[in-house]
Amino acid sequence: MEGLVELKTTKTGNGNTTVSNRPEWWLAGQQQAKARYEALPMPKRKDEAWRFASVQNLDLAPYQPAVSVSDAERARILEASVMCFEAAGHAVFANDQLLSFQGANDELQKKGVIFEPISEALAKHPELLKKHFMEQPVVLGSEKFAALHRAQCNNGILLYVPKNVQVKLPLAAWHWLSGANGAVFPHTLIIAEANSEVTFTDFYRSLDEQPGLAVSVTDLLVGDGAKVNYLCCQSWSEQALSFQLCSTLVGKDAYAKSLNFNLGGIFSRIESHSRLAGTGARSEMLGLSVCHGKQEFDQRTLQDHLAPNAWSDLLYKNALNHRAKSIFEGLIKVEVGAKQTDAYQTNRNLLLSGDAEADSMPGLEIANDDVKCSHGATTGQISSEELFYMLQRGIPRHEANYLISVGFTEEVLERFGNAEINEQLREMIADKFRRGKNVKVEAAGDEAIDETNVRSLQGTV
Amino acid sequence: MSCIEIRNLHANIEGREILKGLNLTLPKGEVHALMGPNGSGKSTLSKVMAGHPDYQVTAGEVLLDGENILEMEPDERARKGLFLAFQYPSEIPGVTIANFIRAALQARLSEGEELDAVEFYQNLYKKMDALEMDRAFTSRAVNDGFSGGEKKRNEILQMAMLEPSYAVLDETDSGLDIDALRIVADGVNRLRGPKLGSLVITHYQRLLNYIVPDHVHVMVQGRIVRSGGKELALELEAKGYEWVIKEAGLEVTPEPANG
Repeated sequence: MEGLVELKTTKTGNGNTTVSNRPEWWLAGQQQAKARYEALPMPKRKDEAWRFASVQNLDLAPYQPAVSVSDAERARILEASVMCFEAAGHAVFANDQLLSFQGANDELQKKGVIFEPISEALAKHPELLKKHFMEQPVVLGSEKFAALHRAQCNNGILLYVPKNVQVKLPLAAWHWLSGANGAVFPHTLIIAEANSEVTFTDFYRSLDEQPGLAVSVTDLLVGDGAKVNYLCCQSWSEQALSFQLCSTLVGKDAYAKSLNFNLGGIFSRIESHSRLAGTGARSEMLGLSVCHGKQEFDQRTLQDHLAPNAWSDLLYKNALNHRAKSIFEGLIKVEVGAKQTDAYQTNRNLLLSGDAEADSMPGLEIANDDVKCSHGATTGQISSEELFYMLQRGIPRHEANYLISVGFTEEVLERFGNAEINEQLREMIADKFRRGKNVKVEAAGDEAIDETNVRSLQGTV
Repeated sequence: MSCIEIRNLHANIEGREILKGLNLTLPKGEVHALMGPNGSGKSTLSKVMAGHPDYQVTAGEVLLDGENILEMEPDERARKGLFLAFQYPSEIPGVTIANFIRAALQARLSEGEELDAVEFYQNLYKKMDALEMDRAFTSRAVNDGFSGGEKKRNEILQMAMLEPSYAVLDETDSGLDIDALRIVADGVNRLRGPKLGSLVITHYQRLLNYIVPDHVHVMVQGRIVRSGGKELALELEAKGYEWVIKEAGLEVTPEPANG
């Protein structure tokens, strides 16, 4: 952690990010964030916001800002940055530096759509960044990591969609991490003005199976009547530490849908905060993690209902093999005045091994009575009846387990609803399960996780 | 000999003996009905034959074309040609009918052999049409949100696609209205022939009006107590089970709530 505090806020090497083209307010913000980062304590086990998380493993000392990639790495990265859907524009970053960029087409540019790397946007659209960059509240426990992100962030995407503009094809960004113990700080800021529509996907990936650190922030500002679909497809190295903070501000009659799709990282903290700020706002919050080995996915969510007649629906599913662990802590908060709120929260965990662990803490906090809210969590293994049914059709056991596990993930993809993007996610899920067969994890032994560690809470209001 | 031969089969669930020395021979090419009061062990027999892990076989054999299948895993028994149409088929969220049946057919091919997708869909659609199933069903998750009738049709569809040598149909008529019953029975009748032996388990004679059996067996308290021709089913319908139980020298006990 000391290494990161001391690190320079600028990059050297062949990158296009130097201190000279940074506005003063940006640099001042970095300095303040640095001070904040230093002042804030590291999370501790007893912190309510970090309950059950393996915080004792969160040592940031080994990590340094990732350096520029070599030509050979660059070639491999560009070759692997493949999308199986057509995009209206995309950017490829490696170690926070822009490798390749295909901007929004002329038609979108004429309509005023801004799709720029933040390194460029700082010069071209400073007013937008000054107004919106890191302006969303961080309330779910990662204030320290948000400060680190602000202090270190050099790149990412600014996407601005003007009023009434519909962007039909998705836009995408790739963020690659390359080299051992490198740190990256991807940022995504999407501003969708009234009645606009856009879909955006972030792909987070590591070039090799090496340790690394990623602290990313995504802010979605969804104007009145606008519609934003966002996917964060996280497949960092399974040795990486990842902190992923997503916040959504949903205006009147606007619709936000986000999917946190997680495959990578040894420890991944995912915070997702949706504020339903306008009457009739709608927010769909989806999460899907497929984990194996000793991976840990720590997910904290908040559905904050500030305005009346709003709807939010959260579905987080985790499939866990070997000694993997998931934590889900979710809160539906209905503020005074948020009458006729419709809010739902579901967490489902599939344990594919007796040593996997799923902690689930759904919650409700309701400040008025004219609401419909429910939450529920289930944790279980593959049903023996489902398995027997498949075996009776002649499907071998390993194949039956695989089909049922993949089937478990389908519900989330169906809810996400983008057929082209889903195809890519399905391939990644299949690949993850295939790799899972080769993962060797030592027997649980002394630290054996007994059945009582599998918590399952359920409740309905 | 091409048959399923069950010899002196004893089986327990949770320490309680349900099958108590059952003998039955089902030759290929025939349809046998297995009738009996609730709680006589009919469904248990189907599950034991298929290898359900909740049941322990304590004695006896089940020979499929001369080979004892009781030591085999359930999937191996299925690939040997045994099919069970479930009374309560499981719902499998997220796995489409098409993918499910494909996986089952693929499992029957030798290593390196790939199922021909075009042929598969042609065959699937043909069989769905015969069962009056909408083609949209292929992309629906297996039994997920299906009505009782849709589930049973899906069972018969799988049977038609997998072409087993022996099929056990466990209370396939339960929960069906008369139209659905006719469609399901027609589906089974189409599969009748020299290559298939069927054991039709039913509590009521009604189904046997549509699927006319070659033989009828009556099961009481874990054993076959009487066998006969199709007229035996009519006799049971008219007179109930009590007389058979008494003739077998067994005590008549009140029927438990479920079979």
